[in-house]
Amino acid sequence: MNVKIPRPVPLTEEEIPVGEDHETAADLRSHLPLTHPQLPRWAPALVMLLAAVSSGLLALTLGWGLVAWAVVAVVLFLVALPLWARSVEGGRSAKDRLVTGLVWAAFGLALVPLVSLVWEVLSNGLGALDREFLTYSMRNIVGEGGGIYHAIIGTLLVTAAAAVISIPIGLMTAIYLVEYGGTSRLARTITFLVDVMTGIPSIVAGLFAYALFVLFFGEGIRFGFGGAIALSLLMIPIVVRSGEEMLRLVPHDLREASYALGVPKWRTIVKVVIPTALGGIITGVTLAVARVAGETAPLLIIAGSTDSLNRNLFDERMMTLPVFIYYSYTQPGVPAEFGQQRAWGAALVLIVIVMALNLVARAVGRRYAPKSRH
Amino acid sequence: MPKPRQRRGDLVFSGVARAAGLVIMLALAGVAVFLTLEGLPAIDAPPGKLGGADNIAAFIWPLLFGTLLAALIALLIATPLSLGVALVISLYAPRSLSRPIGYVIDLLAAVPSVVYGLWGIAFLGPQLVPAYIWLDQNMGWLPFFAGPASTTGKTILTAGIVLAIMALPIITAITREIFAQTPTLQKEAALALGATRWEMIRLSVFPYARSGIVSAIMLGLGRALGETMAVAMVLSASGVVTFNLISNVNPSTIAANIALQFPEATGLGVNALIASGLVLFVITFAVNFTARAIVARSEKRLR
Repeated sequence: MNVKIPRPVPLTEEEIPVGEDHETAADLRSHLPLTHPQLPRWAPALVMLLAAVSSGLLALTLGWGLVAWAVVAVVLFLVALPLWARSVEGGRSAKDRLVTGLVWAAFGLALVPLVSLVWEVLSNGLGALDREFLTYSMRNIVGEGGGIYHAIIGTLLVTAAAAVISIPIGLMTAIYLVEYGGTSRLARTITFLVDVMTGIPSIVAGLFAYALFVLFFGEGIRFGFGGAIALSLLMIPIVVRSGEEMLRLVPHDLREASYALGVPKWRTIVKVVIPTALGGIITGVTLAVARVAGETAPLLIIAGSTDSLNRNLFDERMMTLPVFIYYSYTQPGVPAEFGQQRAWGAALVLIVIVMALNLVARAVGRRYAPKSRH
Repeated sequence: MPKPRQRRGDLVFSGVARAAGLVIMLALAGVAVFLTLEGLPAIDAPPGKLGGADNIAAFIWPLLFGTLLAALIALLIATPLSLGVALVISLYAPRSLSRPIGYVIDLLAAVPSVVYGLWGIAFLGPQLVPAYIWLDQNMGWLPFFAGPASTTGKTILTAGIVLAIMALPIITAITREIFAQTPTLQKEAALALGATRWEMIRLSVFPYARSGIVSAIMLGLGRALGETMAVAMVLSASGVVTFNLISNVNPSTIAANIALQFPEATGLGVNALIASGLVLFVITFAVNFTARAIVARSEKRLR
């Protein structure tokens, strides 16, 4: 089974060379191998196969499910390969192989939920998608039919409003931090506060918007713009962070060349610095939009929910996709299956929107990002 | 750097930039101020207005307990998994494979929380029921698995698993970046001395990355503490304080409780919920602050 590599053999009495002293060391060395025994390259594959087969036999005879089979196979592999390695290669190598196995097992385990999530959303959601689903609201719908048009419009409006608020504030703050602030006290305070803001729980952002507007409009206030305010609280720090990172990548030579030509600082920023960093900035902004487009909790609190289309951000409740998913699964109505089907369909649409934004962001990033390096 | 001449355009532009920074300070101050303003009336609320609790502390304590418990479960699961994933991406996988893997993990972070909740309640919960029954029958002597096992899978353990899946991409993203920053010379020196890959990781990568790993876990904790929708959908909560992880009677979390109660709350009920939100804000603030402080200190040390 082992590859034939000679093990060190102790020299017998007769073999020990007796002669001139200077020959002894060289002779001894020729008996000591420079390599030590190793498992063949295909050893892990073989053990994996054996583990899978023997676990499969057990599963067949005892009637286990797929999960139990996979668990037992992995455990068998994690026991067998290190043991084999221990007998051939020694303890250190056995430990190394055990850790390698554990690391890959952790990785595989982490991928299971992702695959399962995508599969569930696709298989449950695809059936709900049709023209009516995308172009009708839920107004006066009981049971079958209806759609998510009102929720799509709501998500687009609220997210767009949040972007309109956050992008200027976020980018100008990033410009302040990079170009003007330096290491001043204000700049350091703002950097710190932005860090704090990234950690604000989304539901707290919603409570903030409610607590703010309740002072002006009284108890029970619900409207789309409040949702936009809550979302911008979550979005601004992301925009600042990515904007700051990108602006810092712009080489200093570019700025100084512009100053040397007598261009004022603000025109240098607008005409030289920002265009150079534009690709990265767009990437960051798009990722921020994608992040807040899927937020549920703040909108549940301040934007509320409704069955009808509402195009006015400043008046009345406004439905959004995440809130729609939440309500139509937890309160599906009677019979439950239609509401739950709509929830899966809406989840699919939401994931498609978010993933599309992510892909666009990364494509833009790849297209323009290396500009700062010469 | 030569200072360019000050002009009116410059003054306006720098003023606007500074104002944007000030808006952020105002907004954050606003969060603290408005939450306190709206939360204060709940402090001397009469019993009966707080969903059965005698005072605001008795109202918030079970929620706080549930929040911490769910986050703890999430971290116990997410930490080893994300370290494994980060090691695979930065050290184990061949380069051609590690890029797409990192990309996929980033996508995991982009999935909206409500979709995780939907998946947790519709798929994961029912799948876990047999496991809960098994735990109840075989491990029932542990207080965590005292049972009786839930028949719907809507337990705090399920919620913790969903939270772990959501915290995993965050912890992975940060740790993998730190692993990748380990000086190549140190890694190669370890290998040249005959260390196996695991010994190399233990001797050169982990000591270098220790504080980074701690802060990554803290940031993951911040996310798990504040996560709302997944818990609100997955958990069947009844506001008790118990370590029993697999029964139908579970503690709720602050965030999930707000999401569930707020739409129907009125009067002092709203104030009480806002007060609990303030507590959550303070806790996540403290956690994130600690994480950033650890990062800052280690950056200073490495420089």
